[in-house]
Amino acid sequence: MEETKYLPADFKTDQQPRWCPGCGDYAIFNSLVKTMAELGVAPHETVIISGIGCSSRLPYYTNTYGFHTIHGRGACVATGVKVANPGLTVWQVTGDGDCLAIGGNHFIHSVRRNVDINVLLFNNQIYGLTKGQYSPTTKKGFVTKSSPYGTVERPFRPAELTFGAGGTFFGRLLDVDLKTSQMVMMAAARHKGTSVVECLVNCVIFNDGAHGWLAEKETRDDRIIVLEHGKPMIFGKSKDKGLILDGYQLKVVTIGVNGISENDILIHDAKCKDTFLHTRLALMEGPEMPIAMGVIRDVDEETYEMAMENQINEIKKQSSVKSFDELIDACEQWEI
Amino acid sequence: MNKSQSIQLDNIVIRFSGDSGDGMQLTGNLFAQLSAELGNEISTFTDFPSEIRAPQGTLGGVSGFQVHVGANKIYTPGDEIDVLVALNPAALKVNAKNLKKGSIVIFDRDSFQPSDLKKANFTTDNPFEELSLSETIQLIPIPLTTLTKSSLENFGFDNKTVLRSKNMLALGLVCWLFNRPLDKAIHFLENKFAKKPQILQANIKVLTDGYNYGENLHLTVSNFVIEKSHEMPKGKYTSINGNKATAWGLIAAAEKAGLQLFLGSYPITPATDIMHELALQKGIGVKTVQAEDEIAGITMAIGASFAGCLAATSTSGPGMSLKTEGIGLAVMAELPLVIVDVMRSGPSTGMPTKTEQGDLLQALYGRSGESPLVILAAPSPDMCFHYAFMASKIALENMTPVILLTDAFIGNGSSLWRLPKLADLPEIQPYYVPSDMENYKVTTRNEDTKIRYWSIPGMKGFQHCNGGLEKDYATGNLSTDPENHEKMVLTRKQKVDNIVKKIPELEIEGNIDADLLVIGWGGTYGHLKSAVDNLNNKGYKIALAHFTYLFPLPANTENVIEKYNKIVVCELNTGQFVSYLRSKIPGKIFSQFNRVQGQPFKTTELENHFISLL
Repeated sequence: MEETKYLPADFKTDQQPRWCPGCGDYAIFNSLVKTMAELGVAPHETVIISGIGCSSRLPYYTNTYGFHTIHGRGACVATGVKVANPGLTVWQVTGDGDCLAIGGNHFIHSVRRNVDINVLLFNNQIYGLTKGQYSPTTKKGFVTKSSPYGTVERPFRPAELTFGAGGTFFGRLLDVDLKTSQMVMMAAARHKGTSVVECLVNCVIFNDGAHGWLAEKETRDDRIIVLEHGKPMIFGKSKDKGLILDGYQLKVVTIGVNGISENDILIHDAKCKDTFLHTRLALMEGPEMPIAMGVIRDVDEETYEMAMENQINEIKKQSSVKSFDELIDACEQWEI
Repeated sequence: MNKSQSIQLDNIVIRFSGDSGDGMQLTGNLFAQLSAELGNEISTFTDFPSEIRAPQGTLGGVSGFQVHVGANKIYTPGDEIDVLVALNPAALKVNAKNLKKGSIVIFDRDSFQPSDLKKANFTTDNPFEELSLSETIQLIPIPLTTLTKSSLENFGFDNKTVLRSKNMLALGLVCWLFNRPLDKAIHFLENKFAKKPQILQANIKVLTDGYNYGENLHLTVSNFVIEKSHEMPKGKYTSINGNKATAWGLIAAAEKAGLQLFLGSYPITPATDIMHELALQKGIGVKTVQAEDEIAGITMAIGASFAGCLAATSTSGPGMSLKTEGIGLAVMAELPLVIVDVMRSGPSTGMPTKTEQGDLLQALYGRSGESPLVILAAPSPDMCFHYAFMASKIALENMTPVILLTDAFIGNGSSLWRLPKLADLPEIQPYYVPSDMENYKVTTRNEDTKIRYWSIPGMKGFQHCNGGLEKDYATGNLSTDPENHEKMVLTRKQKVDNIVKKIPELEIEGNIDADLLVIGWGGTYGHLKSAVDNLNNKGYKIALAHFTYLFPLPANTENVIEKYNKIVVCELNTGQFVSYLRSKIPGKIFSQFNRVQGQPFKTTELENHFISLL
């Protein structure tokens, strides 16, 4: 792939995005077009598939091939596109309602198949386009229009679903953190298989500040940890905090205190097939623990569409029936 | 018994019936193939329960395979049975009411013991008397179980394996009865059991013993000869069922159009065999995905269509309901897509293995908004090939989803099919965007035909965003403008209406100057054709108009129908097509004849009804 061949502008249309002012989707969109330019795949070989919801409007704003489909089914349409033409780079844009409620079944099955699609899961913990109902990721007790006394439902944690379905890639980013966003999107694009990227986005209208605890710039570095494969799990404004394993639990320690040195800090292994530590990392919650960002899991497995291609090529080698006329010739028949 | 006692017959209906694990489908299929290969016309009908193995010997577990073998052209698997092979009392009971007067019943004497009779809810020890059959049928009791056991005593099989070969003994006997030489049957078995030499030898042994039993022993019935058919055009033939023919039609269309074939589907009776067949054809390069549900099946196909495949999904009634939203998307996105609905008895789960024509109104109207599309209905098992091919051609050349309606009867049933060559099939030209077109938008279309140009990911300079939201006619951008929406609705409608110019006109069969016009559609063709032919042969004047293009209707539909005063519309539902016709030709009086019993029509009931109208 040729780098820097394209500019972010090459991936934008003349359509003005129509999200609410201050919506986190703008930031994700900007990170995405920058990533696409850096990735260097031509706009006409890039496809963005979306379902229904605020984020799913994104394909209208990109100068790639796009398909704004129906609620929850983006994963299926994306699977069809990728299987039909494995040479295309396929992105799927979806929200917490689209992906995990109405599209939950398709989500787990596309992850299980490991179709090579890059899933940007915009998680704002609310239904925005239908004006504020609780979603499968809304925190228990949260008051919305459809839960006026607080929701009594337990939320999904997207990482757990991904790992449970055998997911090969899970990353997380925060809308306002452009640097990490591009790093994670690039890793997702390069990963062969279903890459699930949980994008923590803010809905200014119906759930403003859902991730506010993380978003404030002054305190952010103490509240998140950006994971990178092969690097120690160190975080904090002064880079003095780290993670160690204490029994079955992760624990925050301070380097230089109680005899802890940098050597005691865990090194992140995104390539580890076992999901134990990836799960522990992905499920960390504040304020005791930092929220994990970056690439949490990135393991190699055969992709669905290539497994299918390989099987077809293998059978073509052995089979004497390679065309319709040969199919007819080979069938049980008699002359009348 | 010597051959001079053979009786010549024009046609005969034979039904193999037993437990769903008794191998009746294989036996019947083999017999049908043998007959076809000997130059007879064939038509078959499968009638089996949806339970894979219902309790042994019970009425609910009876599985049947009916073969109609003829010296002349035949269109149906036959109403009544001439020869019944009953492997247990339940099989006798289930088929008793369809036995012809004087028919032959071959039954396994060993399986007609008191305990067997009880399982089939007989209350006396003479089932034939209890069913009032004793006077009207010829009984051939055969100790099938005992004979099979002694036939295989040197093979060292366990009891279960031995008993599984009972069907071959019955087949051998029937082959003798109908003068079918065994060499062809043995050839079929050699193919089927190529990898299991011991099972193959056992089957051949039992088959041969069954034949010899008829030849040498105590049978007091004559055997029969059915002449070769002389009406068929010369050529190479095979016997094919509707589901396989549908799959092959899609394969042929994809190759003709130069496209990758993609099927997204979910298992559902009685449509699953289409997916099975396509999944098998990887050597040809067919891509199939067994999706996580019906919705995924169609939406994956829509994705594949968007990416430039000939895309299809296959299903039956309840699955069709789930695909409704996806079909709406394909209408709105103006993408080519073939949706095959192998109709079964509904509503809901209904009777999954039984036939019906209950999904027509769903196909016509079962979507949100104004969403016209093309609907075809195949008339017979072999013609499923042609209509699957035409559905693909229409979809690709007109950028529209097409629904192909078949049904459990023609999907599972088989008929003779003259093998085509790809070169003989019509050309298919997908409606690609011309490579030199400038300023292409997702809505750019041919202004005369209203067909949208197809641009496919990978084509440089033709990027666009398609979707389910309404688009501006000129720019393709999102639009909620009132006039634009109306224009777009009418454009999509006009595009589909225009297809009427590309479909064949309605033809009248039978007596054109008839006193009665019979109208039907789809899989009932064989029965309607037989009934109309029979009555015309008897001097009545009856015409048949059989529809296979349902939307749009052929251009001459109204003209044809207007000529007749007396019309009867026959359907396996409560009157769906007739209500559609009434809306299209208001004021015209249509009478109707309907059956909703999960079974095909009977030719005789049709004939009786038609006579009553004259």
